[in-house]
Amino acid sequence: MMQHLVVFPIVVPLVAGIILLYQRQGLVRFKRAVSVVATLLSLAAAIALITRAAEGEILYYALGDWQPPFGIVLVLDRLSALMLLVTAVLALGAVVFACASDDEKGSNFHGLFQWQLLGINGAFLTGDLFNLFVFFEVLLLASYALLLHGGGKARIQSGVYYVVLNLAGSSLFLIAAGILYGATGTLNMADMAIRVAELPAERQGLVTAGGLILLVVFGLKSAMLPLYFWLPRAYAAAPAPVAALFAIMTKVGIYAILRVYLLIFGESAGALDALEQAWVWWLGLATLAASAVGILASRDLRQLIAYLVLLSVGTLLASAGMRSEAAASALLYYLIHTTLVTGGLFLLAEMIGAQRGKAGTRLVKARPLVQGKALGLAFFIGAVAVVGVPPLSGALGKALVLNSADDVQRLWLWPTLLIASLASLIALSRAGSTLFWRSHYGNPSGAALSRCQWFGVVWLLSAAPLLVAFAQPVSSYTQATAEQLAHPERLTDTLLSNARGSL
Amino acid sequence: METLYAVTTGVLSACGLYLTLRGRTFSVVVGLTLLSYAVNLFLFSMGGLTTDGAAVIHDDGHGAYADPLPQALVLTAIVIGFAMTAFVVILAMRARSELGNDQVDGKKEDRE
Repeated sequence: MMQHLVVFPIVVPLVAGIILLYQRQGLVRFKRAVSVVATLLSLAAAIALITRAAEGEILYYALGDWQPPFGIVLVLDRLSALMLLVTAVLALGAVVFACASDDEKGSNFHGLFQWQLLGINGAFLTGDLFNLFVFFEVLLLASYALLLHGGGKARIQSGVYYVVLNLAGSSLFLIAAGILYGATGTLNMADMAIRVAELPAERQGLVTAGGLILLVVFGLKSAMLPLYFWLPRAYAAAPAPVAALFAIMTKVGIYAILRVYLLIFGESAGALDALEQAWVWWLGLATLAASAVGILASRDLRQLIAYLVLLSVGTLLASAGMRSEAAASALLYYLIHTTLVTGGLFLLAEMIGAQRGKAGTRLVKARPLVQGKALGLAFFIGAVAVVGVPPLSGALGKALVLNSADDVQRLWLWPTLLIASLASLIALSRAGSTLFWRSHYGNPSGAALSRCQWFGVVWLLSAAPLLVAFAQPVSSYTQATAEQLAHPERLTDTLLSNARGSL
Repeated sequence: METLYAVTTGVLSACGLYLTLRGRTFSVVVGLTLLSYAVNLFLFSMGGLTTDGAAVIHDDGHGAYADPLPQALVLTAIVIGFAMTAFVVILAMRARSELGNDQVDGKKEDRE
């Protein structure tokens, strides 16, 4: 049982998704129950896995018992366990929120939601480059349909961009995987790391090309500067629980950057060491700057939050670009915070919009909200957390990131990140005062919000104070993770010890 | 054979890229299809091109055999690409009916 635990985060959503396909319409209560139970099971599996991973052991699961480097493996180290846990926590908030009413606005919401989880969990666990492509496609296919859930012009419009761009991205991924396979003769990432270290000089150009094409794909997923234009529109148009779940999608790209480049193009790669570093660093800073402009220009609350996602992506990319152990640790702490808080803010925006009648989430004067005080308090907490004002987790996360930069990097990172944070502070206080203070003419209208919705928001936003209260265990875990990432040979040794021994 | 193969892949991807950058959804869909053909051919060639090789391995265990992994990869890529193309066709039709025109950005063409 314990040895099969690694495959649970993939099997549970897969089976749940199949059960949920049983009937397209109807059976609402049954579907909600199955979906919530499956998400709870994923959460339990993620907690069990992270306790195993926290011991510092690297587990792998050879599918069909085909041993690496020939078979496909799932690898569980500290990083993947952490990402699984963040996904499960986020998914629970989103799925309970969706149970209020969003899931009935179209067909097959819960089935697609579970499959999206399958894709995300799979991408975090797999140790095989081509398998990573397959899981990317699984999560993308589910996300295409979820983005269109409920229909409407704006969703179709942004859906066309999103799908076309990602199809082009998939083609690039295949090209990159093909090049790397052609040059190294393996698709197992651990094995590839060893082969790249022993690479003959004439193949270096090929591997460089493959590695950088791969960076374009991951940049598209994580919304790096020239490739982010799909994001604000898609996230602003998506239904709230889907947008909340999408908060982890950009982090899949960040995870892939960390995993692939730290493992394959690490110190052992010789001339190819830190192949991506300059690109990720400068484009991360540029993304930060662009997001500041977007944040100030947003005229809609959901668009504003979408640009806040972009701000977090810029911060994460810049810290990935620093490529030091301290920066990786800060990145992971900030990643947990930003994923959960922006997810919660997307849910909150939907609730605010539902009580403002026609004005929706646009930042204009409208009728006052029925539950203005409670919503205002939640918005205040979320805004404080996301901007990075003490005492909530955003401040700690940003301080860690700022502190991890070395002297030259500080010169660039500090002004950019602090100005972008200032921009978000201005934009959020402007948005908050329009939504809650300047809207006081007319009678409040709209229905009271359901308990499910409140649960989703409180669940996700409570991450902000909790991450501060438990900052010590969390940051010691992220430090250990960063340390493990800085020593990729531990992973390759674990995976390939059997294979090497028999050769 | 290598030259022919390379030229075919190149022409296919160039046409695919050109069509993908067009403004109307139909040509974009065709462009993406061509691009995925090109990618499939490219992947297929990544194990090295062999003629008259055994599918997996010779009876006597010696001699040239085709690398089976790219074949498996291409098969996966074809299946996924097929599903994606079906989806994007339906999406393009939905966009045409909901937005009232077939421009990718949903805005009517300026007829000047």
